[in-house]
Amino acid sequence: MIPFDFDYYAPETTGEAFNCYAKLSKAGKRPVWYAGGTELISMARVGSRTFGAVVDLKGVPDCTRLAAERGRIVLGAALTLTEIARSGLFPLLGSTAARIADHTIQGKITLGGNLAGTIQYRESALPLLLCGARAHVMTAGGVEKRPFSQVFSGRLHLEEGEFLAAVDVPEREAALPHCHAKRTRQDKIDYPLVTLCAVRDGGSVRCAVSGYGSAPLLVPAQALAGGAAVCGELAGEAADSLSGSGAYKRFVLENMVGQALANLGVK
Amino acid sequence: MRSCTGKCFLELEVNGRTVSVAAKPSDTLLHVLREKLGLTGAKPGCENGDCGACTVLVDGMPVKSCLMLAAEAVGHAVTTVEGLKDAPIQTAFVEQWGFQCGYCTSGFLMVCHALALHHPDADDALIETWLQSNLCRCTGYAEIRAAVKSILADGPRRA
Repeated sequence: MIPFDFDYYAPETTGEAFNCYAKLSKAGKRPVWYAGGTELISMARVGSRTFGAVVDLKGVPDCTRLAAERGRIVLGAALTLTEIARSGLFPLLGSTAARIADHTIQGKITLGGNLAGTIQYRESALPLLLCGARAHVMTAGGVEKRPFSQVFSGRLHLEEGEFLAAVDVPEREAALPHCHAKRTRQDKIDYPLVTLCAVRDGGSVRCAVSGYGSAPLLVPAQALAGGAAVCGELAGEAADSLSGSGAYKRFVLENMVGQALANLGVK
Repeated sequence: MRSCTGKCFLELEVNGRTVSVAAKPSDTLLHVLREKLGLTGAKPGCENGDCGACTVLVDGMPVKSCLMLAAEAVGHAVTTVEGLKDAPIQTAFVEQWGFQCGYCTSGFLMVCHALALHHPDADDALIETWLQSNLCRCTGYAEIRAAVKSILADGPRRA
């Protein structure tokens, strides 16, 4: 049971959502953006997060778009992980989404929620970082399309009152040969020890990881160029956590990179 | 724009009936089902989305009702274990000894029922994926898996 009261708003357009949030904010209601709500409800229940209003984006059509348009795959931020995985439009993101939390929760967690959440892993960012994604950010001036890497650096960086409406990726990049792997400490359903996503584009491979450091990060090209043994390039990023020590994560990552390169047919 | 401020009346469709219930926006679906509608089949366990004891169906798909606001359920069809009405999976749980203390059972029933509806031809990997959303701490999963497989074998006609 949530030990405090708040108000609930369900806008139907991006403009209505933006104005609703701004109005509530001005009135001192301390609003939060809401979609799946899994993290907000969990945190509210134990009192680690309080707010005066939620603005639910699930009813905003721009936030639930799922389409291939003009050479790009468009994915609304309020789509659930299940909807993304089931669509098959962006297979690497689908594979990644299908290993976040458990099957039932995947039907509630949204893409935007996973990216904007406080839990550090944000695994759905990995395919977006690798595949030239753009973020559709709702601002006072309307929807702006920005490079995803510009709004996501370890976590989502938006101005107060802005929200992520959707992302898009080029169809060509969404269809690149890819590899996803997730290692957990013990159970299959768990936060990652290390999650790795990689794509092969011609002769080059791009790779990004979560769980290894304190936030999702791209593996530098030079760390891949020399093969798995040079993951020492990332040694400083390895963070000790309850899942495993930094040293163990380095060992795991080296093996995962080697496996990914082999799976992608790169020597 | 729909809104719910302070205490308001929510029109919910639960087990095929439309009910009007006085609730706060901060009330979870689990709380409203149990405390306002007397549908105590959905169980509060971890209330953190981990155990699955509170699982209900929303538009035919399993949802952990501890992680859904009642206000979000407006316009959607909610089914609790009370709404199953002797579904094949319930008989299968009895026949296959799929429960012991029973606390997790209603959640498992909802997941298994939805699996059978949506994937009557589910293979072992898919069954495992769906069942991993719920925890049982006394029976074990072999009997539950056997119960699911027993109704899948009969196909969608029974589900």
